[in-house]
Parts: sequence; structure tokens; C-alpha cells
Amino acid sequence: MKFDTIIIGGGLSGLICGIRLAEQGKKCAIITMGQSALHFFSGSFDLLGHADGKEVTSPLAVIPTLPAVHPYARMGIEAIKNQLKEVKPLLMRAGIKVHGAHETNHYRLTPIGVMKPTWLSLDDFTRFDNPTELPWKKIAVLNLAGFLDFHAQFIADGLTKLGAECTLAAFSLEELESIRRNPSEMRSSNIAKVFENEKTRAKLIEKIKAYTETSDCIVFPSVFGLFSPHAMEDFRAQIQKPLCLISAIPPSVSGIRTQLMLRQRFQELGGTYMLGDTVKEGVMEGDKVHHLLTHNHGDIKMQATTFVLSTGSFFSHGLVADPYSIFEPIFGLDVEGPCDDNRQKWYDEQLFNKQPYLAFGVSTDSNFKAKKDGLVIDNLYVSGSVLGGCDPLKESCGAGVSILTSLQIADEIVH
Amino acid sequence: MSKKAKIKNFNVSENDFEQCVKCTVCTVYCPVVAVNPDFAGPKQSGPDGERLRLTDPKFYDESLKWCMNCKRCEVACPANVKIGDIIQSARIKYNKKPPSLRDVLLANTDFVGTMASAFAPIVNRTVALKPVRQLMDGVLKIDHHRIFPQYSGMKFETWFKKYAEKDQDNYKHHVSYFHGCYVNYNYPDLGKDLVKLMNAVGYGVHLLAKEKCCGVALISNGLIKQAKRGAKLNVESFRKSIVEDKRPVISTSSTCIFTIRDEYPHLLKIDNSAIRDQSELAVRFLFRLVDEEKIKLAFKKDYKARVAYHTPCHMEKLGWSIYSISLLKMIPGIDFVRLDSQCCGIAGTYGFKRENYPTSQAVGDPLFRQIEESNVDFVATDCETCKWQIEMSTSRKVKNPISVLAEALDVEATIALNQ
Repeated sequence: MKFDTIIIGGGLSGLICGIRLAEQGKKCAIITMGQSALHFFSGSFDLLGHADGKEVTSPLAVIPTLPAVHPYARMGIEAIKNQLKEVKPLLMRAGIKVHGAHETNHYRLTPIGVMKPTWLSLDDFTRFDNPTELPWKKIAVLNLAGFLDFHAQFIADGLTKLGAECTLAAFSLEELESIRRNPSEMRSSNIAKVFENEKTRAKLIEKIKAYTETSDCIVFPSVFGLFSPHAMEDFRAQIQKPLCLISAIPPSVSGIRTQLMLRQRFQELGGTYMLGDTVKEGVMEGDKVHHLLTHNHGDIKMQATTFVLSTGSFFSHGLVADPYSIFEPIFGLDVEGPCDDNRQKWYDEQLFNKQPYLAFGVSTDSNFKAKKDGLVIDNLYVSGSVLGGCDPLKESCGAGVSILTSLQIADEIVH
Repeated sequence: MSKKAKIKNFNVSENDFEQCVKCTVCTVYCPVVAVNPDFAGPKQSGPDGERLRLTDPKFYDESLKWCMNCKRCEVACPANVKIGDIIQSARIKYNKKPPSLRDVLLANTDFVGTMASAFAPIVNRTVALKPVRQLMDGVLKIDHHRIFPQYSGMKFETWFKKYAEKDQDNYKHHVSYFHGCYVNYNYPDLGKDLVKLMNAVGYGVHLLAKEKCCGVALISNGLIKQAKRGAKLNVESFRKSIVEDKRPVISTSSTCIFTIRDEYPHLLKIDNSAIRDQSELAVRFLFRLVDEEKIKLAFKKDYKARVAYHTPCHMEKLGWSIYSISLLKMIPGIDFVRLDSQCCGIAGTYGFKRENYPTSQAVGDPLFRQIEESNVDFVATDCETCKWQIEMSTSRKVKNPISVLAEALDVEATIALNQ
């Protein structure tokens, strides 16, 4: 099977790269082991939220001060500025509506009721410009009875600290009783499937209306619009009061939708998306990758001119740790990190401290071409969180690195 | 840093169930859990339940029977946990209830097929009668909405021996054909199409020394001993063809081939390593030959059709729909429509059972709607039970991609190209 480019990994980074290439007429395939980390999506894309433990207001002012190993530093500020312009239109073309700007971070309200700086938020979610002041006084924090993945009290506590008066309530709907019988599977995605039905949504809106008179804002879990934004938009339009949706515990409804819409866009552009397959081996010819062998395709070679490794970090098995080393399992690429092979140094016993293992990743040259045994592989690029040099959790930069490195690589491949 | 894992993962079981991180992605893509709250979902029935069952078998839960074994949970899993296998293995290991008469009848496609073929005109007319269907519903709990596939008067094997077998040795290359129960008893035309297509590209087609039902229905209905007997016989026939006669085995049913390749070792614990790589679907075999430029296909200039391809669940699991789609797209006169990959709801014998009928139809509903809206001439798919379900639930006819290729093929031109 022959393609122009084969991308390994079908999450945010792989899909953005595939879409960008396919939009420019390249014949692409994405091979992906299973569903991606977008199923854990907060609903906001971060560019750079923290640096040196301090909150970042203007990411572009701070990016030039990042250490040389950081993917943003490898990319360079000019390239970042160029690619940032492309992001919103690309998402828009896939039908994904976002708000926010890279010049200044805005804030999002997290599922535990605190404000975090971010770059772009899906239209589902509320944008706050000031993290210490709320635009509302009286807030009704509402939930569905039996839904354990939304912690209304946490959120109410957070909002109370910011000066709001919160009312908490939960209510049940006849249509949800059948999934409530199975409490461990009463998850946001299953609830969202019930709310695809317009009549059920109307009943919910009726229940919520009891609180709209006495409140300035309704806070509710994000359980609308698994397959298209329609249910969410319709719900928002009908509430007629400010509505602040908050992501529940994964699976993330808005994340699943984002994944589906990106995949849809990629396939509409002629891309081939192979879900549930594992790349077993990358076969080299000289200093280039010649073809891939996969679990599903056996002896049938997956050939391409260029390859992109977007396999993600430890969770997605882009990186694997054993007792002796951290390695990249497909090609055996060079892996670098902030410390050596001594496993004790990879982690801090205090969970919330900075964890060194998060900064491990595949070594590349300045064009994000992979290195193996110190030598650059000419047609293998590396994008997204399999790259090391940053701590996406502590720096709030995961989505930015995934999107921007992918766009940069796509441009490099096309030109 | 070193390059590869230096130690084996001694703490990882066959089904990888320790790798489950409870992310619930499997449940999102489970077609059953969305429509039937009695099913606890793949995570809870699979790896979560397995932890409990390992401590005490009394935690085995009857609700595992709701699983359709579609494997869409496995395709979605980011950690490669064999969730479907865990559920099916638990049913085999812990379910002590003997199968009902109905389940035995539905599962024995081989035996029932042989009997029914002998009296095909009578059987076809009788099971189509409304009172008979009501009676089967009442007595056997086979849902009365179901229309049984027609039995053919002449089995494929009989046709083959009578009309095709003698010419097959004249070809340069050779394959064996695992036709399966459906082609043999219900729809020999698909087998005839395969012979036509393979012959045109220079391959002789042969029957296996012996062939038993792949056993998918026996496994799902709990007739494990019988399934193992059939599987052993099939593996031996495949071995003779592949290892001794150097003839790869091809099939036209995605479920049969999936069962033989993956369910034999995973669920029946039957070693098929000697034959697995050369047991495959005809579409994959043909795609490889075209891809490696070893054969060429020529199509009729006047062939025109708007076709939608439906990905059967086991095809999704195999990751092989790309072969069928690529081959269909090679036909110049085809206006191709890609349907979303989603379960049709039948899951073999599952949808025939009265208690499963509402679940079955609710699962398939989004697919049926997409098919009706697609305005196609017909639907193409690699699975016979998907065909029955789609034909019963929509206004469209369904064809195997092999039949579509055979009908669009310019036989003379193809023979000339491959001499």
C-alpha cells in the first residue's frame, strides 16, 4: 500500500498533521493503536499556561525564554507565530468552533472549581478574562441525580471563594432512569447519547428553568453533543441565561466530538484512517524508513515517502518505561530526558511535584527529524507529546506542542 | 537510553487485562451499552469483572450474554486490552448453564444446513410462513420478525464438483477455498463468483480436504467441545493445503476467517500458528496481488453502480475493510459511498433470539438510516449476517465485494492481461 505520508498515531497531533497535508493534496494514511487522549480533553487547548511555576499571561513573550530543549525553542518564535495564524481556520474548516487568542491567555473553570489559563476553548465552554472576579453573583450548580462524574460541591466551593452565592441541586429525568440502573456506567458519553433526543432535552430545560429566575448563571456538566455540536448549541440557546458548562470526569464528550470531527475532516479530504492497528516494525533502507509492517496488515507493506511519529507519550505507548530504561518502541529511536537511566530519578514521590519522566522524549534535529544512534533519519518526523523537553502538565503546553509541531512538520514535508 | 525492552513483561496476561487503566473509552464505543442498560458494558464485564472472577467465580454475571462479541471495544482500547476476549472467555469458563434447544439449533449451521438443503423448496416456504414464524417465536423464542435465509437446492460443493472442479488443475497458481456454511447451503452464487474471478486472474480454486463450520455460532452459544472438534479438523485441512500442497486458503466471509485466525487461538486455545498467515479473505489475497503488480483487473466499460460499503464488526477488528474498499474503487463505473463503521446489530445468531431483537434493531438503527439516505443502488459488505440484517431492515440489497467485482469484471480482457 503506497502513500505520500504515513502518520503513526491518530490523536490531536497526528490528525492535525494529516489534515494539513491532505488539504495540500497529499495522500495520507494514519495508523493508530486505539482511541486517543482527546477522550480526556478538558475542552481547552493550552499554548503556554505556566513557566517557572508562574502563570503566563502573554505566551509569545515567554516562549523565547524557554530552554533550548523545549519543542517551542526547537521550532523558534518566528515559526510559532506563523503557524499560530493557521490554527483557528484549520479547526473551523473541520467544524470545530473555538474562542480565545494566542496573544493573551484567557481562563477556564476546571472540574474542581479553579481557574486555569488557556489558549483556545471550544464554544461549549465559558471564557473568563479575570481569574479573581466572576461576572455573576448568584449561581445554580446543577447536576443529574446519580451522575457521579461531576463534583458539584467542589465547583460550588471554588465559586464561593470567588464571591458567588451558590445553590446546589440535582434532579432526575425519566429518560435517564434506565442508564441510572447501571451506576458505574452512568458516564457523560452515555448521558450525551440520551440528550441527542430533542424531546428529552426539552424536559431537562423545563427542570432547569426552575432555577433561571433566581440565578444569574447555570453551571451544568458538559453532557451534550457527542457527535455534533448541535445538541450543545440548542441547549445553550434555550436556557436564556448564562450557561457555564464544565467538563466531567472522562470520557470527555467535547473531546470525543473533537476527535470524530477531526477524523471526519481527514477522511473527507481523502485520508485513510486505520484504527485499532499496531505498527510492529519500521523497515529501514539506508538512512530512510522504507515501509512499516503492522499487526493487521501482516506482510503487506505500508510504504510512503515520509513518515511522521505522533504516537503520544507514556499513556498512548509512544514511550515505554521498563525498570532499566525509557524507550521508543517502534523504531528504537534515541530518547533523551532530564536525567539518566536511574529509575529513582524519573519521578518525585510527591505526586503533585514536577515529575521528571514527563520531560522524556525522542531526540530530533531542529526540523523535528528523528535521531537514531545519533544519526538523523531523513524521512521520519516526530510531532506532539512523544517529543520531550517540556512538562505538559506543569507548563500547560501539551495541545500547543501537539498542534504547532504538526503544522510545522506538514509545511516542511510539503515544501 | 537503551533501545528496546530488556525484560519481558512477566506480569502481563494473555488478554492484557492488567493494562486496563479504567479509561472507559471501550464503553463509549460499545453498541450494546448505549441501547440496553442490562449490559454492564465492556469495562465492567471485561477487565473489572475479571479481577473479581479471579478471586471467586461466583462473581460471574449472567449479563455477559448481552455482549455481541463485536470487538469494537478492542478496536477502541488505547492499551490493546483484549476486552471482548476476556468477556467471551469468561462465558466459556464460568457459564455452567447448558444451551437451550433453540441455541443448539441456531448454532449448528452445518447440520441444519445439510438437512434444510435436502428439502430446500419445502423448508424455504415453510419458515417464511407467518404462522410458522409465530410458532418458532412461541416455542423456540426465535423472533418472528426474522426472515430465515433461503436454502439452496444445490449445495456449492455439489455444483463445484459437477461443473468446476475438473478445470481447476489447468491454472498456473492455486488456492483452496473455505466456502463456509452460507455459501454452501444458502448462496452458492458467491462461491461461483469467486471461482470466476480467481480463474480469470490465473488461479485454480480447490476445495479443502474436509471443511467444517468455522464454529462462530457454536462458540457464541456455548457449544465449546463441538466447536473445538470442528476447529481441529479445519486447522488440519488448512495445514494440508497450506503446508503440504502450498495452496493458501481464502474465504469470502469476514466472520469465518476472523474466527479461524483469532478466535481459535484466543477462545478455543487451538494452535493455528502454522496456518494463520496464509488463511485470509479473498479480497486481501487479491489486493496484495494487485498491489504487488502480479495481477491486473479489467472491468466492463458499461458497468455503472452507486455502492455503499458497510464495515462488518469483525472486518473492523481485522482492519481489512481497506482491501474491499480499494478493490471496489478500482472499478471505474462505481460511485463509492463510505458508510460510518458501525455495528448492524445482528451479531450472527444473537439477533435471531427473541430476547435480543429490540437491542439488535436499536443498535443497527443509525446504520439503516444512513443507508436509506445514501441513495445507493446496493450495499457491499463482507459478512453474510450483516447482509441478512441490512436486507431485512432497509430497502437495499446487499452484495459481497467479490460478487460486485465478478459482475463488473471484463472476463476476457482480464484473462488476456494475466496470461
